Amino acid sequence: MAIVFERPKSLLDVSTSYCPGCTHGVAHRLVCEIIDEMGIEGDTIGICPVGCSVTAYDYFGCDMIEAPHGRAPAVATGVKRANPNKFVFTYQGDGDLAAIGTAETVHSATRGENITVIFINNTNYGMTGGQMAPTTLPNQVTQTTPYGRDTKIAGFPVRVCEMLATLDGTALVQRTALDSIAHINDCKKAIRKAFKYQQEKKGFSIVEILSTCPTNWGMTPLESLERIKNEIIPYYPLGVYKDIDAED
Amino acid sequence: MKGNEALAEAAVRVGCKCYFGYPITPQTEIAAYMAKRMPTIDGGVFVQAESEIAAINMVLGASASGVRAMTSSSSPGISLKSEGVSYMAGSDLPGVIVNVQRGGPGLGGIQPSQSDYWQATKSLGHGDFQILVFAPASVQEIIDLTVKAFDTSDKYRVPAMIFMDGLLGQMMEPVTFPELKHNQFDKSWACNGHGNKRKHNIINSLYLQADQLESIVLERYKRYETIKQELHMAESYLTEDADIVVVAYGATARIVKSAVVKARSNGIRVGMFRPITLWPFPIQEINKAVESCKSVLCVEMSTGQMVDDVRLSINCSKLVHFFGRTGGVVPTPMEVFNKIVELGGVN
Amino acid sequence: MAQITVNFEKCKGCALCTSVCPKKIVAIQKEKRNSKGYFTATCIDNSQCIGCTMCAIMCPDCAITVEK
Repeated sequence: MAIVFERPKSLLDVSTSYCPGCTHGVAHRLVCEIIDEMGIEGDTIGICPVGCSVTAYDYFGCDMIEAPHGRAPAVATGVKRANPNKFVFTYQGDGDLAAIGTAETVHSATRGENITVIFINNTNYGMTGGQMAPTTLPNQVTQTTPYGRDTKIAGFPVRVCEMLATLDGTALVQRTALDSIAHINDCKKAIRKAFKYQQEKKGFSIVEILSTCPTNWGMTPLESLERIKNEIIPYYPLGVYKDIDAED
Repeated sequence: MKGNEALAEAAVRVGCKCYFGYPITPQTEIAAYMAKRMPTIDGGVFVQAESEIAAINMVLGASASGVRAMTSSSSPGISLKSEGVSYMAGSDLPGVIVNVQRGGPGLGGIQPSQSDYWQATKSLGHGDFQILVFAPASVQEIIDLTVKAFDTSDKYRVPAMIFMDGLLGQMMEPVTFPELKHNQFDKSWACNGHGNKRKHNIINSLYLQADQLESIVLERYKRYETIKQELHMAESYLTEDADIVVVAYGATARIVKSAVVKARSNGIRVGMFRPITLWPFPIQEINKAVESCKSVLCVEMSTGQMVDDVRLSINCSKLVHFFGRTGGVVPTPMEVFNKIVELGGVN
Repeated sequence: MAQITVNFEKCKGCALCTSVCPKKIVAIQKEKRNSKGYFTATCIDNSQCIGCTMCAIMCPDCAITVEK
């Protein structure tokens, strides 16, 4: 028998700090599978966010830089401009990317920085124990929306892909999910395309990934997959919001 | 050359490849100069960032990848950069930050000031850390200290600040650019792709175990002790026989020098001591300079910030007086002269 | 012929793999906890495994190796 599935080489052989059933681990693996398939581990620099994946530098085998909260796209800009032929990606959560780092996200996108952004949307701040994120759904109960997110008080969720797709600097803007094998496979294809576009110097690419947070959602891992399918995807439709090649 | 432009040119010549900035008076000439200059050099990068916060984090990224990088701003913008500076310090990253100070607090004004002394030397961001602080007093010295700032920042892996004010930034003086030898510094720690030739590098300031963080910080403080031994610069002017030593830095020192010259011609034995590195503060030099004087006068464009370091450095062995103007008001040589006279200089 | 191998120490017993197996042969065993205290996933009938890799694709901890 031959091995048909194993840990990608660029995903270091360590246990992660993520809770059981948290799909951060799937997203990590997909990124590493692409890095391995493209053979670019030695030419890749990853930027970690602040949040649950803050220690992602211990999991990825490529060079890793830990950025201040929300600043990963600015740090990535510095790395990429100084090293235009290297691959640079950020790995960011929804609080990091769409709240405290909104300016860095929007402006690196509109500048067309030739980087890849992996955006984990799990509709809450996981690391700090499940508070409202910019992506928290209306009526969703979190620590800081104990009566459910009241849009009259807490405003509305941010749909990042829809927003960024309006910017001319973006090359690929796609929303994917990790709730099923089919969606995971789509997600991997999107990540591959994002890195490929970077290789071809096409500009800014972002792959949004709807991901679970079983612990803070108060659900089992399996119930969490159902929530993505039944509640989150309807609010954040999957799909390609911008593809510079498709427009040609 | 104008101070701000001389600084930018010196940075380019000493190997700064990346400049990230944001417009704010009175430092904008640096950004404008870099926008013109960077595209003319091999690998030169200029980005006008969306904010001061983004600019310092771009410096963090470029520096983390092993490239010399700089940002510049003025007081309110430096406050915004403080987060990134703290992360750089905590990640042992070099990098040069220019503060062309203006009056504060808040939006303050756009006239020259020295009221960010505490911020630069004590508390530019959260956590236990220091940065190197260089305070030039002429356009030529801006050039020399810019070179020094890049080299020492790389050598010690500590962020460095060139600490000026609106007066110096806007001042025009003749300059010569020194022949530069490009010193090579070990950057094997840089994140620029391991090329499958080494273990992956991590640039990070997070240590969740308290004892681990403590030991990292203490190790850094050992490095700070070395820096204190090796890097202290100052100028003493007519202090040997002085009854009064006036302490001032940056543009204020030029004003003080005029007052000292005037006082000397009036028979008052007065000298001037000018710290050039503000961190580390030149403790040995100031103690030598004030050894035989009767009293010390500290003059600043602030309500009195460096005066604390003067008192601490000489262990309050002399009475230290203070004279300052703030809010962007520049003290005149006459005001300083009058203060010297008032302090018992025989007239 | 195919088989899966679950890394006993890496598995966190989240059971996501059990939901995607087309043969319903991946389950959480309730006999032995790993050093983190988790009951882990296991294949209850290797003879039925078709090596589709779905369990491994779903696994957030990269704990499953598939051979075919």
